[in-house]
Amino acid sequence: MIRFGWLLAELAALVAVLFAASLLIGPAGLPAGESLRALIAGDGGVMTLVMREIRLPRAILAVLVGGSLGLAGAAMQGYLRNPLAEPGLLGVSGSAALGAVLAIQTGLSAAFVLALPVAALVGAGLAAVLLLALAGSRGGSLTLILAGIAISALAGALTSLVLNLSPNPFAASDIMFWMMGSLADRSFLHVWLCLPFVLAGAALLMPLSRGLDALTLGEDAAESLGISLVRLRLRLVAGVALLVGATTAVTGAVGFVGLVVPHILRRAVGAMPGRLLPASALGGAAMVLAADIAVRLILPDRDLKLGVLTAIVGAPLFLHLVFRTRREGA
Amino acid sequence: MTLLTLEDLTVRRGPCPVVEGASLSVAGGEVVGLVGPNGAGKTSLMRATLGLLPHDGRSSLAELPPRARARQVAWLPQAREIAWPVTVERLIALGRVPHGRRAGPADAQIIDAAIARMDLDAYRYRTATHLSGGEQARVLLARALAQGTPLLIADEPIAGLDPAHQIATMEVFAGLATEGVGTVVSIHDLGLAARFCTRLVLMDRGRIVADGRPLEVLTPERLADVFGITAWAADTPEGPVLQPMTLSRRPR
Repeated sequence: MIRFGWLLAELAALVAVLFAASLLIGPAGLPAGESLRALIAGDGGVMTLVMREIRLPRAILAVLVGGSLGLAGAAMQGYLRNPLAEPGLLGVSGSAALGAVLAIQTGLSAAFVLALPVAALVGAGLAAVLLLALAGSRGGSLTLILAGIAISALAGALTSLVLNLSPNPFAASDIMFWMMGSLADRSFLHVWLCLPFVLAGAALLMPLSRGLDALTLGEDAAESLGISLVRLRLRLVAGVALLVGATTAVTGAVGFVGLVVPHILRRAVGAMPGRLLPASALGGAAMVLAADIAVRLILPDRDLKLGVLTAIVGAPLFLHLVFRTRREGA
Repeated sequence: MTLLTLEDLTVRRGPCPVVEGASLSVAGGEVVGLVGPNGAGKTSLMRATLGLLPHDGRSSLAELPPRARARQVAWLPQAREIAWPVTVERLIALGRVPHGRRAGPADAQIIDAAIARMDLDAYRYRTATHLSGGEQARVLLARALAQGTPLLIADEPIAGLDPAHQIATMEVFAGLATEGVGTVVSIHDLGLAARFCTRLVLMDRGRIVADGRPLEVLTPERLADVFGITAWAADTPEGPVLQPMTLSRRPR
């Protein structure tokens, strides 16, 4: 118990350090002391504008997005009792992407700033409703996976269709870039748009820890321990949909975070799925903050996309885990 | 004290009933062996009793709200599932889930007692998923014991155990009975069932066909009829002894 408390404290400290680093690193090359002073005191000058309107929302969004993906991934893996589960499995992120793509294609996103994220939220919401109708109150975890795969396949196909028929090459390239996922050029509007959904999603998922722990013994045994699996599944689907839908809407698709972070932290929490929820949320926030800093440092003038970097870093990490699992299995 | 009452319990899978009109009551201090050939409906009867399967008729346990039921009865499913590489101690502690939020000293005491009872002290900090199948079975039974309920329902708890641990496990049930705990176990080993159960319930094709003292239930006629076997049986000073001998017909 004490060790678990320490782990959370360490992860929180890591997030705090990376958050500060994210505020201090950027193309404007501002000196650290002055920029912090400009952030807090606020002199109305350019520096305050950069700090308050560009870097602060970007860092906050990194925490929200990473925390959401980490938490949603840990909850999905715990519920499905499968270390390969990830938040995208439910098809909510794919549907959010479809909404965003339609907004770009129709030119709506150029008409006003929030059109794109709002369209993505609508897409995510529709997917969640469809998912709950298909697999909400009845059927086991397998029904949920099948419904999720069906929805995400359909959303993927429709996204391809839009790209396929797009008469406008600029819109098509906009769509491609958006889908890579990025935190660049986001404002507090984006923060306020996704914050309520993220808080609601976290509030739904965090109390599931005992139920997810009990599921370690299988669905039958968990139910005999007084866990209502129907309620657990409803909360899980709603919570993951809120988190993933809202964060995909403001950043695009950021892959591998929800898959890799719970994996890395599992051993540190003694493999208990309930404890993995808060640990993975903090770990996800740290990973996205770090990746977003790296994006700015590696190719400062080329707009390297966040989702591309997390995939490039995440895939080898995952391979490393494969080798470790193989060693332990032998 | 009656811990469980079934009245005319019927379970359907599709149109055909897998359990039909089962009535039964179990009191504290009993070790009730549920016997019958494969597909007789033993698991379905137990799961419906617990409210895990839709059913007609009445089960006193299924009527309880989930939390209250979890404090009344512990369930050990046949599938020995351990999804994550947690320690044996943590896994057993999951038995305390129905007993409120924070684990206190009373919980620790019950967990220790369950570990001692299943002779798992040496395994306490081992990773549960790295243990052998038989060891995992004992850990999962200890988890059910840690639930601290007056009734325990276990689906084939001794399948796959070595002879010493089969006997030790049956003795655990007998020991629980002296403390007033009731146990319902499905079991295929008729010899151990006859020896350790205070009462046997025989099922065949979804129906309860006999209910009573072991050798009164396992008569030569019923053994031939239900199981298609002959057996050597005797009431010895050491208790009832039953040894299955030959097939009386081809198994169906």
